[in-house]
Amino acid sequence: MKILKSIAYAVGLPIILIIIWWAATLGTANFYAPSPALLVETFAQVWFSELFLTDVLPSIGRMLAGIALAIMIGITAGLAIGTTRWLRMLLEPTLEFLRAVPPPVLIPVMMLIMGISDSMKIVTIVFGCVWPVLLNTVEGVRAVDSVLSDSSRSYAIGGLARVRHLLIPSASPQIMVGVRQSLSLGLILMVISEMFASSSGLGFSIIKFQRSFAIPEMWSGIALLGLIGVGLSFLFQFVERKALRWYHGQKEVEHAS
Amino acid sequence: MAGRRPATAQRQQWAKRSLGLVGVLGFLLMWQCVSLTGVINPQFLPPASAAITALVVSLGTLEFWEAVRETMLAWGIGLGIAAVTGIVAGFVIGSSSFIRKATHSTIEFLRPIPSVGLIPIAVILFGVKIESSLMLIIYAAFWQILIQVLYGVADVDMVADNTARSFGLGPVSRLRYVTFPSALPFIFTGVRLAAAIALILAITAELIIGSPGLGHAIALAQSGGAVAEMYGLVLAAGLIGVMVNLTMRLLEKKTLSWHSSIRSEIVI
Repeated sequence: MKILKSIAYAVGLPIILIIIWWAATLGTANFYAPSPALLVETFAQVWFSELFLTDVLPSIGRMLAGIALAIMIGITAGLAIGTTRWLRMLLEPTLEFLRAVPPPVLIPVMMLIMGISDSMKIVTIVFGCVWPVLLNTVEGVRAVDSVLSDSSRSYAIGGLARVRHLLIPSASPQIMVGVRQSLSLGLILMVISEMFASSSGLGFSIIKFQRSFAIPEMWSGIALLGLIGVGLSFLFQFVERKALRWYHGQKEVEHAS
Repeated sequence: MAGRRPATAQRQQWAKRSLGLVGVLGFLLMWQCVSLTGVINPQFLPPASAAITALVVSLGTLEFWEAVRETMLAWGIGLGIAAVTGIVAGFVIGSSSFIRKATHSTIEFLRPIPSVGLIPIAVILFGVKIESSLMLIIYAAFWQILIQVLYGVADVDMVADNTARSFGLGPVSRLRYVTFPSALPFIFTGVRLAAAIALILAITAELIIGSPGLGHAIALAQSGGAVAEMYGLVLAAGLIGVMVNLTMRLLEKKTLSWHSSIRSEIVI
């Protein structure tokens, strides 16, 4: 009964919305708004073809490569900057500026320096996604519990063991906040790097459909983008719940007391 | 100890500022060297001095300020609409557990959809007008604020709420005197994050769609081969970003000066 109730809550509103959409497109043949059935049909036609291999997979690959690189660089640099006081003071204003540069403006810059290539798109994604991870890692490392830090020091836990067993675990909730932000940034940058300068990829395909007034195809591309976004978000939540189980448990205990 | 503390704090502040300045200068110097020695072709990455000169020159032109005005106008209107709708929707949804449960799946599904996916729709609906920038900005900023407001409304202290109830406060005054103040820190976090995102989307819309503004000016400078000018405009975009961040943080500090999360920072 309880499960049924939660399923009803989960699908109730989406079903109502789809029915409204279906009813609104029923009688009229509006050129710009396809009916749900047409959209599903076009979606299958357009994306379950070789377009998936030639445009969608490379796009997703570039995005994941960029985000993975950004996370690695961000955590490594963040650990170094967070643990070294003078380095933090030295770099803070510069980082503050670099983070504030809206990442899309890097696309024309990178296009000049590197030409239009896969590596240019990946570098753009890395450059945009690295700041949330880096700054959150710095914050997380700085907020390490001082008792834990002192006791690990008095047990002579230093070097890599300190990073592995003290710094990364205590900074990980904060790091995850940064990773979540950089995931959505990475998706945005992937799409617009392909929209601005490219001859392949998901972003390019969507713009191409729009320019040739292939409206249902355009909508299906947008739907695919949405699905990728939702998929990424669910993947992140899954990983976060696994990796930070101890943290959520601790929070629950704290709230209960 | 109390007497010596300010002096040390002051010295630390001074060290922090001067080291920071050294960092910025070092960054610019590195840029200058990379370009002058030809590690990256100076045709594509002009030296920092050229970019800064170009920025200073464009500060004196009307077109630059016109572009900044367009960008900030779209940013401000978009953020404003997103904030009002997000806060109102957040309080309505958060006020009843039925609405909250019924809308949860829909919100979780709509929120991760990247707003840049709406670019083609915006182009078809509005063309290169400010409305297409607004559409992207509002979509991206709205979810950010809504989620934070929902967290904030859920975080209300039950004891405070029950106390207000037993003192005979009606639903409206409870909203005004209990729910709103306790959700305010969350609302501010949402608005602060949304402000940065709104700026990103404003520039994106101008860059891709070509609605007038700073992003459009950058795209024009790039395709026209005015490389130093382009870097100057990129610097300007970064400075605007810094100003947006600083203003938001200041605003937060001023408005929430009564709240413990801000107060503790000052006391310790």
